[in-house]
Amino acid sequence: MEPFRFVKAQDNLAAIRAAGINQAKFIAGGTNMLDLMKLNIETPKQVVDINKLSLYKIEELQNGGIRIGALVKNSDLSYNPYIIKNFPVLSEALLSGASPQLRNMATTGGNLMQRTRCPYFYNTDFACNKRVPGSGCAAITGYNRMNAILGTSDKCIATHPSDMCVAMAALGAIIHVQGPKGSRAIPFADFHLLPGQTPHIEHNLKQDELITHVEIPALPFAVKSYYLKVRDRASYEFALASAAVALDIQNGTINGARVALGGVGTKPWRSLEAERALIGAPANAQTYRTAANAALAEAKPHKDNAFKIELAKRTLVRALTTVEGMS
Amino acid sequence: MNESLGKPIDRVDGRLKVTGGATYAAEYKIKNLAYGAPVLSTITKGRVKNIDIQQAEKMPGVIGVMTSENCMMLHTPSGSDPGSGKFAEKDLLPLQNDRVLYGGQYIAVVVAETAEQAEQAAATIKVTYDEQKPVVGFEANFSTAYQPGSGLGGAKTQEKRGDADAAMQSAAFTTDETYTTPVYSHNAMEPHATIAEWNGDKLTVYDATQSVMGVQGLLSNILGIPKENTQVYALYIGGGFGSKGFTWANTLLAPMAAKQFNRPVKIELKRQQVFSAAGRRTQTQQKIGLGAGVDGKLTSIKHDTISETSFVDEFVETAGVATSMIYSSPNVEVKHSLVRLNRGTPCPMRAPGESVGMYALEVAMDEMANKLKMDPVQFRITNHSDMDEQKKKQFSSKYLKECYQRGAEAIGWSNRSAEPGMTKQGNLLVGYGVATATYPANRSASSAKATLFADGHAEILCGTQDIGTGTYTVMTQVAADAFGLPVDQVKVKLGDSSYPKGAQSGGSQVSASVGPPIRAAALGAVSKVVKMAIADEKSPLYGKKEEDIVVNSGRIQFKDHSNTSESFTDVLRRKGLDKVEAQAKTNVSTRQQQDAAPAPDGSPEAKIEAESKTNAAVQADEKTDRKDYVFHSFGAQFAKVLVDPDLGTIRVEKIASVMDIGTVMNLKTATNQIMGGILFGMGMALMEETKYDPNNGRIVTRDLAQYLVPVHADIPEIDVQFIEKPDPFISPIGARGIGEIGVTGMAAAIANAIYNATGKRVRDLPITPDKLIA
Ligand SMILES: Cc1cc2nc3c(=O)[nH]c(=O)nc-3n(C[C@H](O)[C@H](O)[C@H](O)COP(=O)(O)OP(=O)(O)OC[C@H]3O[C@@H](n4cnc5c(N)ncnc54)[C@H](O)[C@@H]3O)c2cc1C
Ligand code: SF4
Repeated sequence: MEPFRFVKAQDNLAAIRAAGINQAKFIAGGTNMLDLMKLNIETPKQVVDINKLSLYKIEELQNGGIRIGALVKNSDLSYNPYIIKNFPVLSEALLSGASPQLRNMATTGGNLMQRTRCPYFYNTDFACNKRVPGSGCAAITGYNRMNAILGTSDKCIATHPSDMCVAMAALGAIIHVQGPKGSRAIPFADFHLLPGQTPHIEHNLKQDELITHVEIPALPFAVKSYYLKVRDRASYEFALASAAVALDIQNGTINGARVALGGVGTKPWRSLEAERALIGAPANAQTYRTAANAALAEAKPHKDNAFKIELAKRTLVRALTTVEGMS
Repeated sequence: MNESLGKPIDRVDGRLKVTGGATYAAEYKIKNLAYGAPVLSTITKGRVKNIDIQQAEKMPGVIGVMTSENCMMLHTPSGSDPGSGKFAEKDLLPLQNDRVLYGGQYIAVVVAETAEQAEQAAATIKVTYDEQKPVVGFEANFSTAYQPGSGLGGAKTQEKRGDADAAMQSAAFTTDETYTTPVYSHNAMEPHATIAEWNGDKLTVYDATQSVMGVQGLLSNILGIPKENTQVYALYIGGGFGSKGFTWANTLLAPMAAKQFNRPVKIELKRQQVFSAAGRRTQTQQKIGLGAGVDGKLTSIKHDTISETSFVDEFVETAGVATSMIYSSPNVEVKHSLVRLNRGTPCPMRAPGESVGMYALEVAMDEMANKLKMDPVQFRITNHSDMDEQKKKQFSSKYLKECYQRGAEAIGWSNRSAEPGMTKQGNLLVGYGVATATYPANRSASSAKATLFADGHAEILCGTQDIGTGTYTVMTQVAADAFGLPVDQVKVKLGDSSYPKGAQSGGSQVSASVGPPIRAAALGAVSKVVKMAIADEKSPLYGKKEEDIVVNSGRIQFKDHSNTSESFTDVLRRKGLDKVEAQAKTNVSTRQQQDAAPAPDGSPEAKIEAESKTNAAVQADEKTDRKDYVFHSFGAQFAKVLVDPDLGTIRVEKIASVMDIGTVMNLKTATNQIMGGILFGMGMALMEETKYDPNNGRIVTRDLAQYLVPVHADIPEIDVQFIEKPDPFISPIGARGIGEIGVTGMAAAIANAIYNATGKRVRDLPITPDKLIA
């Protein structure tokens, strides 16, 4: 670990100011940041502790939406009764991630910003464009069973590891950030970036911008929503494939649908293609399969991860079938 | 006297462990301690051209950098010292030259005032290499396969009886399939660590090892110092599973650095470093051919294993080692061959040989049972071996048929449908599987010292160690019974090379090896006290015969007359003694005996050398015809699984494991060992796998986020049962070891259950969702 300056910010503005200096990084729960620093993958010269900021609230909004402070712990969010009732998919996604101990530390903001679990990214002996821009990508020709099949580029095929983000992508969350010049709102779909030629640039946040809260807009039919995660062991492991879905079924016809996939995309993968295939169609197995085919139509496999195409389809079909069963 | 042996008493060191009071190798607070951070190779093969240490040397806290340019020269270990442990990579003593033969090999050690300073400086060291094309990829190099020498403990790597090929040709039913297992990593909770401190020419080492005596011998050999000057401690060890059985470079580098920089030095590996620099299980490909008649009797067994080793040592995973004795068949052929790859050297890992071998063989047995349309349990009973047909010797004791029967009942075998894919529970497919478990019962020469103190408590010293298996606890029970004392009056001390030589913690041999001398030494000490009493006019026992004296709760008494008695304390106090001591040594080595041809003339036999005469009685306990037998533990493993046929996810619903391991010395520690083995087997079957980069052959999955082991949520109900019949020949205690057998057969039972659930036969471990939906 490189030596660094440690700053404990007392309020948002102080945090933003402290983040402005070169190579500063916020630290919240520290569950990702600290690991990366210990491995010399993140080498901030200044670490800005934001745990003193007043960003711990979960507020129900008048219109039925909800506002989640950036420092709300994953565990608090997952057990929030309003979330469990109105956005079960979000609670389930959170509870499928990491372990209770980690969720007690991990924050909403930190979860949005967590970095990939590509094994080559974690191993500084290997080439990795995300870690060292221009050094190459060891995963493309290497061991890539866990890597992405959607949104990849010839520079990087790393998955975005978050479960929470998959649910938030499906729910169309809005990320509120604050910088030296004021605040702005970023639609979820625009927050994370595809790797393209610059896989080291992962999101739309400026160096000195702080995530303050996440808003989940009202989505009445999300009371019937569900998160399904398929993985190599029963708990404490990232997804091979996951699906966050919500369906509005009236008289056997799908009126509204939200679909996002995890474990397969280079960013939390909302599938508008699948949603289009679902909306207006009868709620049945054939529709679900058609939607799954649409979601994975652009999938590009590598040597070890071709199975993810079929697995993701089946995961999505199962999730949709499960939500139909709730109606 | 209430016997404590067999009672499920709590671990005597349990409280210390859960309260942080047990000190592990890396935890000793040594004055003036410096910290060593290894620099490992980032290429797979080649030569080191230059190591740029300039920046590192100038960094805060750095004391120095040890490289091949400036470090001390080591002596090549002589293979002939029987007291010496094995250095894991005999042709790669650390830092002795510029060759790089695998990724993650030691190149330098930075020593600094703090661990953080050492690590940070290590990260700045720039090594330039002359890179050569490494030999990577297992299957890709099969053309270079060669026949190795013997396996662990001299195990034969090629065995044959009858004509297996001819028998295959004429068999009514045959199966011939290929099974593959990946590289597995031990991942003991405690990483490898060594602290070394020199005091003039005397060396003290705290090491995470499965053999304090082996490390003492090896250090003395390699560093060229007398054994008396080499003191090794390993009081508590956080698991080894074989990875701390051979000695790895960290144990040498710490004393080398300590000498060079004139400071005590600690080297504690990081998890990532443990993966490359401290052993693993080899990858295997096993071809199994079985031939059977219409009656379901095996006529031919062929087991052909290819595994891999490094360029710096030869380790053979003897996957076929149990094949020639486990079933009855007139024709058997077992072969092993090896390829060399640019990888770190493999080493024993919990049940070396049988773990992977009994996976392949037992899946093949399931395949044959299916062909024969025979129940897999019945098929195994039909082919039960009543004796070791290869060595032509009887088993010391064997209750395997009972294991099958009890296990079948425990798992609910009668609910199993013979036709795969027929039983459903909701969306899920239900399957049941069985496999046989086996592991040799080893025993080796050991000694111990017993002391009875005038205050009434007693102590045992033995140079073995407790690697987390419960040795402290069961040996306290053995000693307490022999001393005639309650367990809380007996202190067993282990993990110190200055104690009488005890067994290595490997090959499931500790209990069988050190139990008898501990018992003999304790009886010896008691006998000395008894002799003093009967010769002492002031004793109520004056003039009685030794054989009429019994021991009870720290008192010696005349037969069942509890009034005619006195305490150890009374006897010793009257004599003005503060203690009596006795030593004992046993000379039994089952390995040599099993491989020796049965000869009527008395070849070296169970010999107990003890000081006291009473030990003639102990001596007599030891069977003298041990060489006529082979010693194996057996068991039956059963699994019930639920499989989601669409998603390929597997849930192990229940495990039942019935073990025939002789006397159960402590039900708690025994159950714990078998359960641990079962979880090891589950990991092996379903998720564990160390992956190497296909291009450059370096390890990719090298932490516990990438290398998966079962977590609580994976672990089902586990029903462990024991036959509890003492082995009459292994030792007076009758216990065979249990550290490893729990792994064997487990992966096969799960794989067979998955087949029974789905009708899909995955012959490549681990069985992950992608393989099931393929
Ligand atoms: C063993 C393990 C298993 C895991 N398994 C899963 C899993 O299965 N599924 C899953 O989804 N996740 C998993 N995780 C990841 C976990 O969810 C993240 O580590 C966690 O959410 C990060 O939150 P944190 O508050 O600890 O972030 P930190 O580590 O404190 O920070 C992470 C990043 O976020 C930035 N950051 C934090 N807060 C803000 C803010 N308010 N504004 C701007 N930037 C900010 C930091 O600068 C840093 O770059 C696992 C982690 C571990 C260690
Ligand atoms: S996939 Fe991305 S993160 Fe992984 S090695 Fe390639 S560039 Fe690095």
